[in-house]
Amino acid sequence: MEVEAAKLIGAGIATVALAGVGIGMGNIFGSFVSSALRNPSAQDKVFGNLLLGFALTEAIALFALVVALLILFG
Amino acid sequence: MAAGHSPLAQFEIQRIVEFNIAGIDVSITNSTVWMVAALLVATFVLTLGMRSRAMVPTRMQSIAEVSYEFVANMVRDNAGSECRAYFPFLFTLFFFILMCNALGMIPYSFTPTSHIIVTFGMAAVVFVGVTIIGFAKHGIGYLRLFAPSGVPLVLMFILVPIEVISYFVRPISLSVRLFANMMAGHTMLKVFGGFVVSLGAIEFVGPVIAALPMAMVVALSGLELVIAFLQAYVFTILSCLYLHDALHPGH
Repeated sequence: MEVEAAKLIGAGIATVALAGVGIGMGNIFGSFVSSALRNPSAQDKVFGNLLLGFALTEAIALFALVVALLILFG
Repeated sequence: MAAGHSPLAQFEIQRIVEFNIAGIDVSITNSTVWMVAALLVATFVLTLGMRSRAMVPTRMQSIAEVSYEFVANMVRDNAGSECRAYFPFLFTLFFFILMCNALGMIPYSFTPTSHIIVTFGMAAVVFVGVTIIGFAKHGIGYLRLFAPSGVPLVLMFILVPIEVISYFVRPISLSVRLFANMMAGHTMLKVFGGFVVSLGAIEFVGPVIAALPMAMVVALSGLELVIAFLQAYVFTILSCLYLHDALHPGH
C-alpha cells in the first residue's frame, strides 16, 4: 500500500477513540443530572467534580487528535 | 489554502529580536513576549489589587482576594494542610497558566501554552519536584507508593508494573492535556473562522449562510474561555494530588 494512503487511513482510525470519549462524556453528565435530581442540595459540591471529569475526559479526545496529527504530519 | 492561512500557522514561532550566545539561539520570540506579558499582567493585577488593603474591597482587590482564596482552598482540600509550604509554587503555576491561556484568547495574540515544550517544561518541574519531595520526606519508603497496602501478593505482580508506568506517564499526560486543549481549541476557532470567510464570499446568500458558522465561532470562543480557566485548574489540582501522594505514600 502507498505510505500516503496508509497515513490517511491510520489518521482516520485514530479518531475511533472518540467513541470511548463519547461514552465517557455521556456517563459523566448523565450521572451528574441523576445525582443532582436525587439530591439538589449537593449540586454545587458535585459541580466542581463535574468540570474536572469533563476536562479529563475531553483530554482523551484531544490525545486522539494529537495522535492523528502526528500520523498525518509527523 | 495558502500557507499563511493554514489553521496551524498561528502557532508558528517568530523571532522578534535575534540573540545568539555561544551558538545557542536565545532570540526573543513571540512566545517569549506573551509569556512575559502573562507574568506582568498577573503581577500587576495582584500587587495593584492588594495595594490599598481596604476593609471593603474594591473590584481589583476582590479579584486578588478571590483568586487567592480559590487556590488556597484547592490546595487545602486536595493536598492537605501540610502542603501550605508549596502554596506559593502552586499559586504561581495556576496564575501563569491561566494568564497564558487567557491572553491567548485575544485575537492576533499567541498562546505559549499551545506548545508542548512549554507545558512539558512545567510538567517536568512538577514531576521532578514531587519525586524529590517524596524521597526527601520518606526515604526509600516512598516506593510504597507503587505497592498499595492490603493487596494480595499475587495481584502485586500485575499492580506494581501498572503503578510504575502510571507514575512515569504523569508528566506526559499532564503536559499533553494542556497543550492539546489549547492547540485544538485555537485550531477549531480558526477553521470555523475560515468557514465564515469562504461562505461569506458567495453572492447574495453568502452573508446569511455565513451567520451560522459565525454563531459557532462566538459559542466556541465562550467555550474556549471556560477551557482556558479549566485547564489551569486541572493542571494545578493534579499537581496538588501528586504532592499529596508524595507526602502520604501507600495509603
